[in-house]
Amino acid sequence: MNMAPHSSFVLNHRHLLGIEGLSAAEITGLLDLAEEFVELNRQVEKKRASLRGRTQINLFFEVSTRTQSSFELAGKRLGADVMNMSVSSSSMRKGETLIDTAMTLNAMHPDLIVVRHHASGAVELLANKVGCSVINAGDGAHEHPTQALLDGLTIRRNKGRIEGLLVAICGDITHSRVARSNIILLNAMGARVRVVAPSTLLPAGIERMGVEVARDMREGLAGADIVMMLRLQKERMNGSYVPSMSEYFHFYGLDEKKLGYARPDALVMHPGPMNRGVEIDSSVADGAQSLVREQVEMGVAVRMAVLEALSRNLPNA
Amino acid sequence: MLSERRPILLANARIVDPSRDLDTRGDLLIADGQIRDVKRGIGAGGVPEGTEVFDCRGKVVAPGLIDMRAFIGEPGAGHRETLASASEAAAAGGVTTIICQPDTSPAIDDPATVDFVLRRARDTAIVHVHPMAALTKGLAGEEMTEIGLLKAAGAVAFTDGARSIGNAQVMRRALVYAGDFDALIVHHTEDPDLIGDGVMNEGEYATRLGLLGIPRAAETVVLERDVRLVALTGGRYHAASVTCAESLDVLRRAKDAGLSVSASASINHVTLNENDVGSYRTFLKVAPPLRSEDDRKLLIEAVASGLVDAVMSDHNPQDVETKRLPFAEAAPGAIGLETMLSAGLRLVHNGEIELMALLRAMSTRPAELLSLPGGTLKPGAPADVIVIDTDVPWVLDPADLKSKCKNTPFDEARMQGRVVRTIVGGRTVYEHL
Repeated sequence: MNMAPHSSFVLNHRHLLGIEGLSAAEITGLLDLAEEFVELNRQVEKKRASLRGRTQINLFFEVSTRTQSSFELAGKRLGADVMNMSVSSSSMRKGETLIDTAMTLNAMHPDLIVVRHHASGAVELLANKVGCSVINAGDGAHEHPTQALLDGLTIRRNKGRIEGLLVAICGDITHSRVARSNIILLNAMGARVRVVAPSTLLPAGIERMGVEVARDMREGLAGADIVMMLRLQKERMNGSYVPSMSEYFHFYGLDEKKLGYARPDALVMHPGPMNRGVEIDSSVADGAQSLVREQVEMGVAVRMAVLEALSRNLPNA
Repeated sequence: MLSERRPILLANARIVDPSRDLDTRGDLLIADGQIRDVKRGIGAGGVPEGTEVFDCRGKVVAPGLIDMRAFIGEPGAGHRETLASASEAAAAGGVTTIICQPDTSPAIDDPATVDFVLRRARDTAIVHVHPMAALTKGLAGEEMTEIGLLKAAGAVAFTDGARSIGNAQVMRRALVYAGDFDALIVHHTEDPDLIGDGVMNEGEYATRLGLLGIPRAAETVVLERDVRLVALTGGRYHAASVTCAESLDVLRRAKDAGLSVSASASINHVTLNENDVGSYRTFLKVAPPLRSEDDRKLLIEAVASGLVDAVMSDHNPQDVETKRLPFAEAAPGAIGLETMLSAGLRLVHNGEIELMALLRAMSTRPAELLSLPGGTLKPGAPADVIVIDTDVPWVLDPADLKSKCKNTPFDEARMQGRVVRTIVGGRTVYEHL
């Protein structure tokens, strides 16, 4: 164990609150560091000691088994003591819980706090109240930076580059933090980004975030190297944003036929969990062009890279 | 009581009286709670014995401000603001008359509550306070209140405060009925369904922050409806807070058609825009939301031209319990009584509005709309007078604010100009030394 990482990359930020504000060089630095952890994670001995003695708290105000376990594994493989804390937002008064919990946790001297919250900006609010590094694991419809990083890593490993690729992001853009973080990262890395959705799921002014906008899949997927599908929440497909699940699947669900509009070597991604038969057909989700499982693998490596890079900034590091 | 008030001579002043389009050098004499005389050389010609002579050295003397929209916590939420604390804040900001809103607990929807507010104000407040009464019982938007009795008790206008009345029939009947009493109906025009889960102005900035937007149409749809109801009924109507270009178009058409329609804009909407929300600053969360810079520019132009009649503070005290939250969960509202004049003076210094037009929108027009005696420096008028140093630079320290809550959007802001003396009914209630 304890083969030192080759990359000595240091992220010159105290927190990772979003992709916004990261330079292309910083993103590349994180992805390069993550590559080393991909290798490490494929070995029998997966442990490093770089976070030994450090305390990492995963503070989840919104349930997410996948993201939380990915962060937990990442921290443990780097040697940190990891504590999971799930705060059900319904059981307590929301905002009070956020600040009070932040103060309480801060008094326990954690080194890193990983936060997921249902409100945009909540992670930044919390970061202003604590003395340690904070990692945004998703805040409302704002950002989910580690998801965009793992998507970037997955793309780069499979296509050899990000620059110059055409990435189509399809589905509920309005409510998606995954979409926002990816739009910012892909633009920073020189990709072309297109969003594809019915107009009710496209937020105002989205075209000014550096994306092309399409309202149907044939036009939207034309020439795409990557097709990134987004999850559509059940409560939004009963007539409020789209008329029904079946209408949505008919026009926007990714099946073999619609995937045929993209480039023949196009690859399919999904941040999970997937609604099979709503936004993606099983044959595509499990097909040869799907990168969904690799995304999960990259998730652990990217989170290790983020933890490692931020911890190099911590006092007494 | 009256005898305790020494006469005051405000000497060597720049007299600005929007009620007479007067902007001139001169002196102003106050005695027995009234403005006695306004002209050059009063001091030289002799003043009553015991007169306090205040050398203004060219500072502006103007009618005290009349703030058409302030939310006060009394009764029911005195921990946020009382009539007393609001009046201290008002005095420090040059506001000599507060028009308080009926969104209290209980709501100001019956004559006894109007009477309570007036008595509390008389006993505890250092500036004039007049309540607007609820337009519908319990602010529920369903049944109209006792408009005639409430007006007789002292309500100066009728409004459901921060709430919008969704039912057009209720609004129609209220306009018709209020017309018989020549009562002014004031309405917050925002369609709650179009607001939905929105928390800031719809557009690129909200999208970047991942916040759900509120379209301008949420405001304009209701205003447009109301204007058509005014045309139908002939009532007297005032839009409580217009914020966007489209609303100005509706307002212009209504006025051109000769309807009895007027409007206010909040000091926040004429001085700030959606970008000031920055990284989720909840003190900048107001209702309606701050709009784009283009809207702001058109709004201040409309104030300057008189299309928008009044500028009000929209004073709305919120404490940490309601503001130190994620943006979407925080309550809307910002305090403004103490800062509206200084914030407005920024616009004067930037050349966006003349001092006369600003003061007219903050004093003379509200007095006219509400049939109040202030808003003028004519001899015989009540001595509600302020002295303004338009140039003094200062930085707003929230700790200095008199309001019980510190939710100011001008936190740490650099200001230029402030009130240095506030006189209410001939008595000095604030002095900045």
